[in-house]
Amino acid sequence: MTPAVSFKQVSRHFGSVRAVDAVDLDIGAGEFFAMLGPSGSGKTTCLRLIAGFEQPTSGRIEIFGERAEGVPPYRRNVNTVFQDYALFPHLNVLDNVAYGLMVKGIGKAERHREAETALELVKLPGYGARRPSQLSGGQRQRVALARALVNRPKVLLLDEPLGALDLKLRENMQEELKSLQKSLGITFVFVTHDQGEALSMANRIAVFDHGRIMQVGSPEDIYQRPNSRFVADFVGSSNVLPPDFVARHGGARRWASLRPEAVRIVDGEAGASGARGLEATVVSHSYLGGTTRLGLDVEGQRINALLPAGQPLPAEGQPVRVGFAPSDLHLMEEGG
Amino acid sequence: MSAADAVLRPDTAGAILPDRGGLWGHLSDAFWRKPKLLLFLMLLPPVLWLGIVYLGSLFALLLQSFFSIDEFSGMINREFTLKTYAELLKPSNLDIILRTVTMAALVTLASAVVAFPIAYYAARYARGKWKALFYLGVMLPLWSSYLVKIYAWKLILAKEGILTWFFEKVHLQWLIDAWLSLPIVGGNSLSVSFTGTFIVFVYVWLPFMILPIQASLERVPGNLIEASSDLGANPAQTFRNVLFPLALPGIVAGSIFTFSLTLGDYIIPQIIGTSRLFIGQAVYAHQGTAGNIPLAAAFTVVPIVVMGFYLWGAKRMGAFDAL
Repeated sequence: MTPAVSFKQVSRHFGSVRAVDAVDLDIGAGEFFAMLGPSGSGKTTCLRLIAGFEQPTSGRIEIFGERAEGVPPYRRNVNTVFQDYALFPHLNVLDNVAYGLMVKGIGKAERHREAETALELVKLPGYGARRPSQLSGGQRQRVALARALVNRPKVLLLDEPLGALDLKLRENMQEELKSLQKSLGITFVFVTHDQGEALSMANRIAVFDHGRIMQVGSPEDIYQRPNSRFVADFVGSSNVLPPDFVARHGGARRWASLRPEAVRIVDGEAGASGARGLEATVVSHSYLGGTTRLGLDVEGQRINALLPAGQPLPAEGQPVRVGFAPSDLHLMEEGG
Repeated sequence: MSAADAVLRPDTAGAILPDRGGLWGHLSDAFWRKPKLLLFLMLLPPVLWLGIVYLGSLFALLLQSFFSIDEFSGMINREFTLKTYAELLKPSNLDIILRTVTMAALVTLASAVVAFPIAYYAARYARGKWKALFYLGVMLPLWSSYLVKIYAWKLILAKEGILTWFFEKVHLQWLIDAWLSLPIVGGNSLSVSFTGTFIVFVYVWLPFMILPIQASLERVPGNLIEASSDLGANPAQTFRNVLFPLALPGIVAGSIFTFSLTLGDYIIPQIIGTSRLFIGQAVYAHQGTAGNIPLAAAFTVVPIVVMGFYLWGAKRMGAFDAL
């Protein structure tokens, strides 16, 4: 099957800055695909390359098998939901949503009917007469979504779509976006620096750093089996352990990652799962509601542990014994 | 004790600092408690200036236009009458009004067309030193005397001027000759034709059009242009549907300058152009040599009324919706 978006050795350089550097990427049709990475990692530039706002310095981009280099944004059947929504302030909501249809020359009655349907889809029926300035952030977000979807794009691009929303709204929108994507079957590509958002929404994730893709895979792959220190560190604040430490505790002489939730406090005598546990000192406490994060010093190595609520917590400075199953120690491809 | 300790040590003073005392200390406290008082005091001088000196003289002017002049004695008859306004409708005076309004409209239109690309470049592309250069380039002509610029233009546009010389060199003199042979806009040379008046008006008022348009374009976020393009609009459609409507308040603001300045100016048409009068020249002549203050005042009311209608129309068209 033709991929929805295909990058072949795509680079985008700004002067000496390699914003995107020789990226190969295939995004399947109908996928909910996340581009995850810290700011400046090239993920947004990749999105802009798909939208056509940027042109690659080299390499080829195909959208549903058609070459896209040199094609202006207005000739791409791809629509974008902008980070700060970019709603037209001089038009009301209905005309904002109908904009794409208007420039395609569709009559007023028909485009307003379709825009109204799109507004219903994003649960804002009857908001057409309002101005964007009269809407809340969450409502603007929905209008931006409706404005993109009304054009029935082949690919929908979302640039940090939930970044400006507060937590509760963000969680609601995550679910809505997911169910919307499922029911419409449109390929969604979204950019985020929030690993939680990427893990919960996407079918597949590409982790970016310094203009390159570090790893592509399902959320489970990325979270459980990071291939590099960067991915392990960026996706879910994993403990990244140096080769020496790993070799001492039952692994090969390689870098490894250890999820904080895999680290347990063990009683000296119990010796659960064969291990008697390692001596450690509690350095810090962070109460996170459902869990508590403990900062531990294990043989000079800083290790974070995530303990579920309700468990008795050792005080700061107290010596404890910690343990983890050797199978939780995930060795990474990267050498020392 | 290290310096850091001294700085970080809790202050020995109380939680509330003592009154600073003195006139300024008391004034600061009073103004902080009653911010409206400060606002009132700050606005008083300009309001007095605008309200009494400016609006008062405008009112006095309006009053004058309802008086009339005694044709035999040349004395002003201070009785309410609409006779002076009726005089405005005489063909010779109506001619002056129509000529001025047409010129002002054309100058405004041309200024907007010329100013937009410059303002667009400055707002969207010029950065750092290029932006400074833009401001310098736009403002620099305003620093030199208006009269000097107009006389310079007279030389440029004259029959033996540099423009003619240049057109002759590139063998396009016939173009100027053909244009000058046209009725109304033509004449003996560019410096004694309405075309010359028009060119100089556009040149002199251009900064007043560029700056407001630039300011309004500056406030259009770049991603609106991208969003329009993303939604399928080609550059012409984006201009028509996004850029132009959002720049319209700036264009209207600029056109208020160019339009009203052209309506009132009496120096440019006197130095460059034909002997036919514009409103400003008529006002000048009537209040000066002719001593007909009422008619001069009535002529002055014309631009005010025209501007009133212009702004009303602009508002009706939604020019200020995006403000």
